[in-house]
Amino acid sequence: MRTMRTRSRTARKAVVLAAVAALGTSLLAGCASDDEPEAAGGDAGSDQGKTTLTVGVFGAFGLKEAGLYDQYMKENKDVVIKQTSIERNENYYPQLLTHLGTGSGLADIQAVEANNIAEIVQTQGDKLEDLSKAPGADKAAFLEWKWAQGTTEAGKTVGLGTDIGPQGICYRKDLFEKAGLPTDREEVGKLWAGDWDKYLEAGKEFQKKAPKGAKFVDGAPGVMAAVTGSSETRYYDDKGEVVYKSNPAVKEAWDLAAEFASEGLTAKLQQFTPGWDQGFSNGTFATVSCPAWMLGYIQDKGGEKGADKWDVAQAPKPSNWGGSFLTVPSAGKNKEEAAKLAAWLTAPKQQAKLFAERGSFPSAQAAYDLPEIADAKHEYFDDAPIGKIFAQAAEGAPVQILGPKDLVIAQNLADVGMLQVDQKGKSSEEGWKAAVKAIDNALDQ
Amino acid sequence: MASEFSAAAPSSVEEGAAAPASGVAVASGPPQDPGREAADRRRERRSRWYRRDVKWSPYAFIAPFFLFFAAFGLFPLLYTGWASLHRVELTAPNDMEWIGLRNYTRLLDDEFFWNALQNTFTIGILSTVPQLLMALGIAHLLNYRLRGSMFFRVAALTPYATSVAAATLVFVMLFGRDYGMINWFLSLAGFEHIDWQNGSFTSQLAVSSIVVWRWTGYNALIYLAAMQSIPSDLYESAALDGASRWQQFLHVTLPSLRPTILFTVVVSTIGAIQLFGEPLLFNGGGGATGGSEHQFQTLGLYLYEQGWTNLHLGRASAIAWAMFLLLIVIGLVSLAVTRWLRRGEGKA
Repeated sequence: MRTMRTRSRTARKAVVLAAVAALGTSLLAGCASDDEPEAAGGDAGSDQGKTTLTVGVFGAFGLKEAGLYDQYMKENKDVVIKQTSIERNENYYPQLLTHLGTGSGLADIQAVEANNIAEIVQTQGDKLEDLSKAPGADKAAFLEWKWAQGTTEAGKTVGLGTDIGPQGICYRKDLFEKAGLPTDREEVGKLWAGDWDKYLEAGKEFQKKAPKGAKFVDGAPGVMAAVTGSSETRYYDDKGEVVYKSNPAVKEAWDLAAEFASEGLTAKLQQFTPGWDQGFSNGTFATVSCPAWMLGYIQDKGGEKGADKWDVAQAPKPSNWGGSFLTVPSAGKNKEEAAKLAAWLTAPKQQAKLFAERGSFPSAQAAYDLPEIADAKHEYFDDAPIGKIFAQAAEGAPVQILGPKDLVIAQNLADVGMLQVDQKGKSSEEGWKAAVKAIDNALDQ
Repeated sequence: MASEFSAAAPSSVEEGAAAPASGVAVASGPPQDPGREAADRRRERRSRWYRRDVKWSPYAFIAPFFLFFAAFGLFPLLYTGWASLHRVELTAPNDMEWIGLRNYTRLLDDEFFWNALQNTFTIGILSTVPQLLMALGIAHLLNYRLRGSMFFRVAALTPYATSVAAATLVFVMLFGRDYGMINWFLSLAGFEHIDWQNGSFTSQLAVSSIVVWRWTGYNALIYLAAMQSIPSDLYESAALDGASRWQQFLHVTLPSLRPTILFTVVVSTIGAIQLFGEPLLFNGGGGATGGSEHQFQTLGLYLYEQGWTNLHLGRASAIAWAMFLLLIVIGLVSLAVTRWLRRGEGKA
């Protein structure tokens, strides 16, 4: 009995000691791996005479995955590139603002999402480098509006565009066929070419003979976002005033989306939720407005069950959703090297490679004639010539006026207002009122 | 209280200090032995060190906690209070404009705040009450002589060891509207599909169920530990007096558990008021809105939305302090209840 007890006590002690030791080492290891990129970014040339550049991104940004870092390091033997990534932009962006505010913890290059670029340009412009003069940065290579979005009023270009989000309409051929609609992507595009109202008409047509359980679109908020994305003025006017309440384009998008809901054409799904994901493989909806970067997502979620069913057609009007920029904070210690890398990463050739590998559509129009784009086809979408489809949408997309709170306004319109109309059966007026109330509260400092 | 601490502290130090000291004595003591005086002096010096050690070491031992608390607990708390009196935006955190109590007065007619407060309370009650009742029952069962009782105890604790994120994602699937397993069961029983996430009550029930699932086992183990410290002769004499199992539970177990129950109630209440991860993740990709009608937006979520989505740090700080004050009030109430209970015990 006694030996038992002492043995078990020493055993317990050993376990505790082991646990403490493991915790300690893991803490140390955690600190080390956290500090590494920062410290390395701090003192140039600490890595055996090499310059270490750090790139801070959100999500699966693609630069690393497309092998662009490796290529750059091969061509520039004295540079080492390291990346830190935060999964969601909603976590990444506040942290970026905090770091810019304190001037510490920054990577040499920081990515910025299109919905945040106006706020960054307007409020953080003095903390970022002017990249227009970086070696290799060529204004003429970019879409004019993309370049303008990353430039301050004083003419300082603080963000170089990476990708953009020109939109098509992804649709299920099998459901279209059962509903008696054409399935060829050219003819499908013609169904609604030039007018979002025709998209609604096609929806009504579809719903008349639709297979049981299938709806025309995923949800009303997605329709609203797509329609809003095809107009120049959205939530702000060119003087920087918030005008979404009185802007006829927003109203038009709202009304059309609400009609989709009231006509029963939506599957009442919120985008990027598990139910929406499952809808891609289960055929819950027949169409969805899809920016170029969403194709990979649909392929993932559609999986084998959705194989040979999806295709992509031209959207009613050219429209843009999302995209990103690269910035170089002034607080960094390798600003010149970082600017050079940012310019290289956003050059047409690299953007073309990013598209070929990851499906992020270039913001450098000079890339559109490269074979990687011009001849690009997507296997999952029945070999659709996505390069051609999206290039056409990109070139026709309006030069949007952005504002600092675009994201907050768009989110509340979609996730509060239109979602109530779509999922809770609220009237269009009730939904609008709820959205306005939430936005007023969100914009009030 | 104070006397308890001073009595307890030295004894623990003694143990720690005794081990190395005896080791030294073994090594240097017996072989030499030059004379009594030297030994005395050494002993005296040692005892002086020993006294100092006893007096000051405890402070050194607890210092790390207080240093860390000052840096990561107290300072943020006070700074948040300072920020709540200003207009501060995350886009320019150093640019603070004094506005006095405006951030607090606006809470009074901020319907989103009151909605969040109400949701927090409803979810708090929906989760805390069944959770503690079930924990009590489970603890009572585990307290019987069971084969493989260790297994059941570990099993009870596993939900607690699961990450909120993982658990919530699974629950989101279970509560799915179109392909959720719960709706599938309901449809087998002939019920219509329920849109869990969009209903006010249903969504709050769903969020509560995640909390209940995660914390019931944890509380059960706390109850179990308390139950095992109840002297068995109490049960024996109760049995001799002819008390049934149920009567024993009511009149022996429950009164003995009273302080423990109060403790778990306080801790669960604090947890309920700070509830954040479950409702955030239950919204899937929808962010911190807590549903289209903010139907399951808790105070924690609203604070997050103001601070990190809308970027108003001052307003978020005011919400944080409002929550803090709320917790203090709850703490005071529980203290009063404890006192009252103790007085009742004293009389009896």
